[in-house]
Amino acid sequence: MRYLPLTDTDRQQMLSVIGAASIDDLFVDVPAEARLSAKIAGLPDHASELAVERHMSKLARQNLSAGEAPFFLGAGAYKHHVPASVDHLIQRGEFLTAYTPYQPEIAQGTLQVLFEFQTQVARLLGCDVANASMYDGSTACWEAIGMARRITKRSKAILSSGLHPHYVSVANTMAKFTGDQLVHDAPTLSADADIEALIAGIDKDTSCVVVQYPDILGRIADLTPLAEAAHAAGALLVAVVTEPVALGALIPPGEMGADIVVGEGQSIGVGLQFGGPYLGLFACKQKYVRQMPGRLCGETVDAAGKRGFVLTLSTREQHIRREKATSNICTNSGLCALAFSIHMTLLGEKGLRELAALNHGLAVQAADRLARVPGVTLLNDSFFNEFTLVLTKDAREVVRSLADKGVLAGVSLGRLFPQHTSVGNGLVVAVTETVTAEDIETLAQALEEELA
Amino acid sequence: MTMLKEGRPTAPVAVADAHMAPATVTGNRALMLEEALIFEIGSTDTTGVDFAPAPKVASRLAGLERRAIGLPGLSEQETVRHYTRLSRQNYAIDLGLFPLGSCTMKHNPRLNEKVARMPGFADLHPLAPQSTVQGALAVIHELAEWLVTLTGMHSVAMSPKAGAHGELCGLLAIRAALEARGDARSVVLVPESAHGTNPATAAFCGYKVEDIPATPEGRVDLAALTARLGPDVAAVMITNPNTCGLFERDLKTISDAVHAAGAFVYCDGANFNAIVGRVRPGDLGVDAMHINLHKTFSTPHGGGGPGSGPVVLSAALAPYAPLPFVEKQGDTFVLIEEESAQDHHAGTFGRMVAFHGQMGMFTRALAYIMSHGADGLRQVAEDAVLNANYILRSLDDVLDAPFGDSGPCMHEALFSDRGLADGFTTLDIAKGLIDEGFHPMTMYFPLVVHGAMLVEPTETESKAALDQFIMALRSLAHRAKAGDEALKGAPYHAPRRRLDETLAARKPVLTWEAPTLAQAAE
Repeated sequence: MRYLPLTDTDRQQMLSVIGAASIDDLFVDVPAEARLSAKIAGLPDHASELAVERHMSKLARQNLSAGEAPFFLGAGAYKHHVPASVDHLIQRGEFLTAYTPYQPEIAQGTLQVLFEFQTQVARLLGCDVANASMYDGSTACWEAIGMARRITKRSKAILSSGLHPHYVSVANTMAKFTGDQLVHDAPTLSADADIEALIAGIDKDTSCVVVQYPDILGRIADLTPLAEAAHAAGALLVAVVTEPVALGALIPPGEMGADIVVGEGQSIGVGLQFGGPYLGLFACKQKYVRQMPGRLCGETVDAAGKRGFVLTLSTREQHIRREKATSNICTNSGLCALAFSIHMTLLGEKGLRELAALNHGLAVQAADRLARVPGVTLLNDSFFNEFTLVLTKDAREVVRSLADKGVLAGVSLGRLFPQHTSVGNGLVVAVTETVTAEDIETLAQALEEELA
Repeated sequence: MTMLKEGRPTAPVAVADAHMAPATVTGNRALMLEEALIFEIGSTDTTGVDFAPAPKVASRLAGLERRAIGLPGLSEQETVRHYTRLSRQNYAIDLGLFPLGSCTMKHNPRLNEKVARMPGFADLHPLAPQSTVQGALAVIHELAEWLVTLTGMHSVAMSPKAGAHGELCGLLAIRAALEARGDARSVVLVPESAHGTNPATAAFCGYKVEDIPATPEGRVDLAALTARLGPDVAAVMITNPNTCGLFERDLKTISDAVHAAGAFVYCDGANFNAIVGRVRPGDLGVDAMHINLHKTFSTPHGGGGPGSGPVVLSAALAPYAPLPFVEKQGDTFVLIEEESAQDHHAGTFGRMVAFHGQMGMFTRALAYIMSHGADGLRQVAEDAVLNANYILRSLDDVLDAPFGDSGPCMHEALFSDRGLADGFTTLDIAKGLIDEGFHPMTMYFPLVVHGAMLVEPTETESKAALDQFIMALRSLAHRAKAGDEALKGAPYHAPRRRLDETLAARKPVLTWEAPTLAQAAE
């Protein structure tokens, strides 16, 4: 057993120090009827590294990975090129095999990274402060709704119809138990985001308005009027960003008046990984910092006066406040935050702007090419790297059919909104720097055949 | 003096003691290199990534083009150096024993890293058509089967993102089950030794939390618990083995009483490592238990996550499990989402996360589980418990073991600060361990013991490593009992001395700001 260092001689010596005759003596507190006398039946015994790798390779080969096909999926998870040094650095054992930095004297590496990460995230989202990460964008979103409830002491949250439907589902699940009232309109295939409708819905019971930017259909709207309307009614604006690369080109929500900005950080450094682990981003205005969920890293000095970093404001957290904590979150997405931070450091403002420009430029080219396909209409007037096409038939079928031909065409609105058949012909197409001109042409021709 | 003919000395000359070493002008100490913040060394004009030129197009950004961002960049070389230097200021399992009680810091096999990075897993989109991700769904299904069999439970919800998220999943399932039978209950009972996440989770789900006391021997007070059961109690949250490192002998009795009162048993499975392969929680009447894949099944903690917290469920709770989940239909794996759930899983309490959970952790955990097999996993529990008892009995003559007479411990050994000299604390011992080259144990938890020191060695430590740790801790215990003032200054040899946490909380500095001209002039 390659991971277990004790030898039988060790075990015997240790048992004699303990004063036990056998290992079974150490399990005497387990009631006899629950004690398993032998290994559990029906399960295989241990396997060699080679055998395990062979098995896992076989399963991996049964998937069509994003890199093997013309690939246009987005809707909350994006394929971007991650520089080789990112994965190299996060695999350094000192990062990979460390725990939450409870002993700051020997965790300054993790802590300084978190301090840098918090600053990068705050600046990217246009906010004063950011925390050390949440599980993912969807859980960060419902934590923001809860935080708005605590701040405003109101419980009605208005969710934009352009918010990712899975984020809405997560919020609905939580609202059943927290007593939040969620107002949410069905999505429509319109070129404009629903800002006016959201403003019209705000009243004196509203805790927050939750709006995605760019939204699930790829639409972009100025959030300033929405922030003003929310604030005028004593409510908060919560903005959700699922594609952080967009903020290399677009004014961030924090600069348009959003009080809390949350997001999915997967695009930067993390990779697709079939949905997880991902990286919840959480930022807000300075005045709300003590209502934030999750861990925060802060600057301080050590006994010799040197600058250092510690986890701080932990009186918000479960291990101190127990049932009065702002959240029950403990373990978060530390290693994903590290990957994000390294990738963002490699990019810098210059690289991020270039990356965003490349994404947008390719997306514009793709949108124009695909809009020329008979049976395809481009929904969006504005977009960053993702837009919605309206097809002449159900997009679910088209996606399945194109997948069989080795083209991963996008995410159908039928998959995202199964209960809203009126949007079923919508196809959300994401175009990142990994897409080539040939890929765009392949997709255009495949769509043309499919819709003919 | 011995020297080569060019004049280079080849043997050291006796000079001043190390403590007379002059301060360096850089602040570096040989391999211990100080590292500034990226905001101090980078610039917004520098990048470590090259891109093809962007196509020239008319922008369609709705007139919302961004101005300055303020994100510094570094070249690749500087980036690699920055993070490599920072990494060396971290302690890690790869460096040595990391006996954080309740955290199960065991070796992280590198095969698992390799497997998780196979493009067929790492480069898959969560919304890719199901026909293109059959192998990924098979991984989730295979791991689920292992977890169900190892725990003797009915089914498992795979999507929770970490242990606390799993607790949420379990309590939401319980609340959904109670609501389905029209039974509104308002109270969750939590032993006072529980992890902080337990009461935080129960409160989040809208329950009133009531503490259940421990007996003098460190277990849940059965009489107090059963006396409190009634029609208002929804669930009891129990950690087993508990945070004092003891097996809850009465758990089956407790479960029977809880069920008779119409409530459910939630088991915090953070400590499953102690019993995997030797006890199935399902045999003890547990209704829901999260499994920390990042503890028992060795997925790396990464300096604070990601975790992964699948929740095994009893038959009574299974109908309420969250979406999505994987079902095998003939030879095909099917992802049950909102649409398909309406047909035969209408009781689900809904979705907890955007996608399907921590796939990158599932691949690692499955590789770990297959590597051990049924025989190896049982050995894991045995060696983990053996190592912990070895530590307990090698130290209980110099450190107070408050429950040392309560029978063998399980995976972790608990000590208190009783008997230390006046003014000496658990913190001093912990910081002393840092100088001795170990990560400290969990300190001041569980709350039921004064100055708690909770030591969990795990099964992946050799006897030699344990003996060295024991020697260090014995020495520190003697020093703390003898009132060795120097101990209060520890650590001396870490990258930083003790840090001022009070200052950090009183004047929070959570992001970097460029120094003002006045500050810069100082």
